[in-house]
Amino acid sequence: MSFISLLWVLLLGSLLGLELIGKVPPTLHTPLMSGANAISGITMLAALTLIVKAEGNVPLLIIGSVSLGFALFNVVGGFFVTDRMLAMFSRKPSNKK
Amino acid sequence: MNLPVIIKFVIDLLAVLLLALGIKGLSKVKSARDANRLAAFAMSLSVVGLLSYYLGTSGIAIQSWIWIIIGSIIGSLFGAILAKKVPMTSMPETVALFNGCGGMSSLLVALGVAIFPISGGQENFDFFKSLINEVSISVSIFVGAITFTGSIVAMAKLQGWLSTPGWTQSKVRHFVNIVFAVASLIAFFDLINGNTSSIWLLVIVSSLLGIGVTLPIGGADMPVVISLLNSYSGIAAAAAGFVVDSQLLIVAGAMVGAAGLILTQVMCKGMNRSLVSVLFGGSLSAQITASSGSGEYTNITSCSVEECALTLEAANKVIIVPGYGLAVAQAQHTLREVTKKLEQNGIEVVYAIHPVAGRMPGHMNVLLAEADVPYEQLKEMDVVNPDFPATDVVLVLGANDVVNPQAKNDSSSPLYGMPVLDVQEARTVFVIKRGMSAGYSGIKNDLFDLPNTSMVFGDAKKVLNDLIGELKDLGVGEK
Repeated sequence: MSFISLLWVLLLGSLLGLELIGKVPPTLHTPLMSGANAISGITMLAALTLIVKAEGNVPLLIIGSVSLGFALFNVVGGFFVTDRMLAMFSRKPSNKK
Repeated sequence: MNLPVIIKFVIDLLAVLLLALGIKGLSKVKSARDANRLAAFAMSLSVVGLLSYYLGTSGIAIQSWIWIIIGSIIGSLFGAILAKKVPMTSMPETVALFNGCGGMSSLLVALGVAIFPISGGQENFDFFKSLINEVSISVSIFVGAITFTGSIVAMAKLQGWLSTPGWTQSKVRHFVNIVFAVASLIAFFDLINGNTSSIWLLVIVSSLLGIGVTLPIGGADMPVVISLLNSYSGIAAAAAGFVVDSQLLIVAGAMVGAAGLILTQVMCKGMNRSLVSVLFGGSLSAQITASSGSGEYTNITSCSVEECALTLEAANKVIIVPGYGLAVAQAQHTLREVTKKLEQNGIEVVYAIHPVAGRMPGHMNVLLAEADVPYEQLKEMDVVNPDFPATDVVLVLGANDVVNPQAKNDSSSPLYGMPVLDVQEARTVFVIKRGMSAGYSGIKNDLFDLPNTSMVFGDAKKVLNDLIGELKDLGVGEK
């Protein structure tokens, strides 16, 4: 991929992000923040690339592995915690009255 | 194009689409939970896509598999355990911690690539290409380090492990931070000039910059900071995308970065703070002690739980204003008991939720939902404000600044202009509070001095428990 097309990708991605969140009820600010936060753990792909391309370079493998660990901590924890929060909202109809 | 490339292309495209739908869905109550799962699915899909691409092209060495598995298991396990165990009240600091780790991951990737240039992909080593590479590595390290240290400081402050040191409120901090910023700029140019060792300087000074910028910010503004740092971690991910040449990373990172920025802005608006004043203004309470905002209370009426119960029993419409104090006392379940009794007596009960009630926008909704409060009873500020004049009793539980009439009446108040709940319009206001201490902002609350306001002193949970007892004695809610 040329650098210029990567810049286009960056630009369009940012615009998409700006558009996606138009009106968010305050109720959802915390879950949204935590969900978006989990997505930012997408760096796990970069960590994976690093490990695959390390070709037996042990220090690099370790750095990649630690990086992968941090990223997955973010991703798995983030999604679980968001789900826990949202589960409380969806429980509401059964408790009416 | 061969098959693995096409497959990866399709999977990446699908993952981006699902992630975008996920973020979109997360902004609506009905679809939020499914959207979160959709995003999680998209993330795992992207991993499958990447791994199958490498399997189909270069192959993955056994050694790589071992390290992949070690890293994944440890990271996921800790993440899952923490996510299951953490109490709902400490959600803000948990998000901060996760966020910091995301930043750390980007930092490490960039560091790894910088120290051991990846073989392949860079055989045609021209100047332009290596410049781009170094710039993206620097950005990734810079933003990643700030995200990491900033989030950790934010977490420590929210947990109460770290207070705001006095010197950080003086002008010195701007000087110190400027020094850090300039030093990182020097390290950046040094790195581009080919001096690889200056990468460590960059790591150190940008970490210090993250600490230096976050430390002076007061607890009340922390949610905004976490949201901003969340946006940064997206930017760090996008920068890491440039480092390893991954469009998916760039799109996802940019989306999170932009969405986080919008969310930060929304939060700032709710708290009547500008982003600039949050970042550079220091702690709000420090400003107030400097100005003459504080004053003595002259007309405090305090009353017993019994009186409160009697008034509640005679009411037709009751509005509850919950604040962070309620969450600290873990009293949301007890509160639910009280309101159940009132409802059984035919009294209309509504919860007025200020946009920044709790410690983060939406935090209070999560806490009340945990206590089984029906979602329909939670009313947002704009909806509930016209109802106050027709309300008999307002119960303010551990909320303070969000019910301060100063924000409407006193143009000299630092709170002036902040949207507040007009509780003083109601016939009677009970404020349940531990003592006369000021709220987050450290500003005197004019509400407490009003003739229709009575203070019920005590821990929220204890007062509510007593209230249940009194209501029981009055025969409320027993049918």
